[in-house]
Amino acid sequence: MASHGIRDRVAIVGMGCTKFGEHWGRSIDDLLIDAVGECLDSVEDIERHDVDAYWLGTMGSGTSGMTLSRPLQIENKPVTRVENYCATGSDAFRNACYAVASGAYDVVMAVGGEKLKDSGYSGLVVPPASNDGTASEASAPAVFSLLAPAYANKYGVSEADLKEVMSRIAWKNHRNGALNERAQFRAEVSMEKIAAAPLVAGSLGIFDCSGVSDGAAAALIVRSEDALRYTDRPTYVKALAFAAGTAQGPTDPAYDFTSFGEVVASAKDAYRQAGLEDPPTELSMAEVHDCFTPTELVLMEDLGFSQRGEGWKDVMDGRFDLDGELPVNPDGGLKSFGHPIGASGLRMLFECWLQFRGEAGARQLEAPTLGLTHNLGGQPGACVSFVSIVGAERGVAGA
Amino acid sequence: MPTGILSYSAYIPRYRLAHEELGSALGMGGGAGSRAIASYDEDTTTMGVEAARRALGNGARPAALYFATTAPAYFDKTNAAAIHAALDLGSEGFALDIAGSARGAVGALRAAAASGGLAILSDLRTGKPGSSDERDGGDAAAAFLFGPGERVIAEVLGEASATAEFLDRWRRPGEMASGQWEERFGLEAYLPLIRDASSRALAAAGIEQADHVIVSSPHSRAARTAARELVGRVAEEAPAIGYAGAADPGIRLASVLDRAGADQSILLVVAADGCDATVLRTTEAITSHRAEKPVAEQASGGREVRYATYLTWRGLLDRELPRRPEPARPAGPPSARSESWKFAFVGTKCDDCGQVHVPPRRVCVGCGATDHMSRAALAGRAGRVATYTVDRLAYSLSPPMIDAVVDFEGGGRYTLEVADAGPEDVDIGTALELTFRRLYTAGGVHNYFWKARPV
Repeated sequence: MASHGIRDRVAIVGMGCTKFGEHWGRSIDDLLIDAVGECLDSVEDIERHDVDAYWLGTMGSGTSGMTLSRPLQIENKPVTRVENYCATGSDAFRNACYAVASGAYDVVMAVGGEKLKDSGYSGLVVPPASNDGTASEASAPAVFSLLAPAYANKYGVSEADLKEVMSRIAWKNHRNGALNERAQFRAEVSMEKIAAAPLVAGSLGIFDCSGVSDGAAAALIVRSEDALRYTDRPTYVKALAFAAGTAQGPTDPAYDFTSFGEVVASAKDAYRQAGLEDPPTELSMAEVHDCFTPTELVLMEDLGFSQRGEGWKDVMDGRFDLDGELPVNPDGGLKSFGHPIGASGLRMLFECWLQFRGEAGARQLEAPTLGLTHNLGGQPGACVSFVSIVGAERGVAGA
Repeated sequence: MPTGILSYSAYIPRYRLAHEELGSALGMGGGAGSRAIASYDEDTTTMGVEAARRALGNGARPAALYFATTAPAYFDKTNAAAIHAALDLGSEGFALDIAGSARGAVGALRAAAASGGLAILSDLRTGKPGSSDERDGGDAAAAFLFGPGERVIAEVLGEASATAEFLDRWRRPGEMASGQWEERFGLEAYLPLIRDASSRALAAAGIEQADHVIVSSPHSRAARTAARELVGRVAEEAPAIGYAGAADPGIRLASVLDRAGADQSILLVVAADGCDATVLRTTEAITSHRAEKPVAEQASGGREVRYATYLTWRGLLDRELPRRPEPARPAGPPSARSESWKFAFVGTKCDDCGQVHVPPRRVCVGCGATDHMSRAALAGRAGRVATYTVDRLAYSLSPPMIDAVVDFEGGGRYTLEVADAGPEDVDIGTALELTFRRLYTAGGVHNYFWKARPV
């Protein structure tokens, strides 16, 4: 028994992604049609009935595969609806890749979409199953805000210094998003404004929270040996790792709220699948799950980009800036690009796709070859975590 | 073996509404003093649980519960059953509501005294804004465990009752305020009833004057007037928390028991649609078995809230809530399956490695053993804040919600709302204790569960 991975066996040959944001005038149907349409348009001579199977990731904007097949009029194809919290889009992509790698299909599409802004509520709303009413009613920012004091306390960082670190992460992601015409928030925001924003939960202000948005994204996946028939610049899948935790953190006194064990495990598996030995130097870029600013900080350590307790210094040194050693969330991340749940994992891959193809415009990195996407769902101590490694070239491990 | 009160305790909520604040908000005279008010997450059931838990601090497991209140959280459903569950008394035993008038207090006490058991008197007093009921009421609970034993602290020496039908005070189900007839009419009706019942009870007990006298009545002027006639040898020091309805005789009896010496008589007079007088006598055991938290201590202090906050908590001011969905009502079958968890905070402990799980788990977090679990009752365990946050987004009747990750002595961790506290009262390491609360009401169903409050 082992996680063998499917390194270089499948490739992305087309992608689409809507602008994320408050699409008051567009339904989930519209968003899915637009993302799938752009994805198909990016490849010559392919139409939606040429796709053998679809995976649709959506957390709550529909149930069953017909959420996709009905608006797009996809007739009698296998369409699987995937839900795995905020890692939904990534898991749709992961399962779609496996279907191609298994030989079951030649051409498949992973689609993710979410319509959050029709609820009328602030923040994310996840309707629970019928229950006994004893689970904590804490909001998402509240449970993630627990990371900040725990991290500060463990590593001897003052509250004020940590708030500055958080503000810098938000500042960086807003700055990157300002360069991205598809992002929800397209303005740079000063550190002072971020730090002074009204509090939402704990030390998290409005600007420490990702955007609540509508959007959709899609990826067309084929066997790597077929990839060049569809595009001259495919994105090759090097690793797909997934870890669902035991959810013991919130009920186990041994958990200290400074790490996501699920992220550490999934990253380790992904690096092994991809054959990476020193990920922070081998990777050209990373798209990580910055749902709240302390999450991105902790992820830098869980993904092995920073030493334990040193992530905050690397953030302040600009190591993860667009022009830093390892750019993190060059597209603006969840923070600035927005977070339509089912679409987010595919949106991360979309940035790798654009960067590898040299199509990232004002935020284009210099010849990136290897990217990581990280997507998690749940809360500290109880989450699911996805890590992928994708590359611009086939058969080349590191940079 | 003598039979009587074995233990007792009172519960007075943390919050107060000052008469001055009430008066200034309504543009009228306020006066000195304040009333006790239940927090937004308390009702007569939760306050009854708090009083009962304290009265059973010695680990007693009464076979019967008698719950008296004028403000039951439910009709057509036994509120005492929720209290029974919260006290972790298993499935055997009797649990009864005596809901309606303040006279139910006497019913609960007499039933418990007759056959042994726990009398729980709990009330939440409301009235129309600006009314004397609103101003002079008080929210509180008290519990008295009766039974045989050498440790009886007070015995019943005699009792007498009188009943009369007259229209002094009334309320239809579902209304938040009572109607009252002209005050002098009730006064004239009550005084003869009180004199009659009291003299017969004293005669039955074979005494002429009691050491301590308590006169409790929803007709405050009748109570005051009668108390001037029925003077005890020791002046009563009743807590100034307001008239607590069915809990009023309980709070005041507890207050007397806090201070009474051995071999002293107590005349307890409850005048509600008649009059019930009871004479008790303390024993030697009283001096060493008083309640752990005296009434006077609970009555003093308290945190004052603004009148607008009080109105909001009682549902009399329909405020804008956070833009978040209201929680769904707790579902029946899952709540029943987790009765001991939800109502009594009982988890499981792994027989193999000792890991404590709340909520209960079948597969051990520590060692993976399956179904090797024993009960772990944590409701009485001390806890500490591992970490916490102030949640300004979550749905709450009294934002911001404070969520604390609580680690329990001996193992176990759970995220709980913090009750009776502001953000300034909570820090990492703060000592907490559990308190039974009504988290919210949705779809007409009260969601009872536990919160943590600073010790």
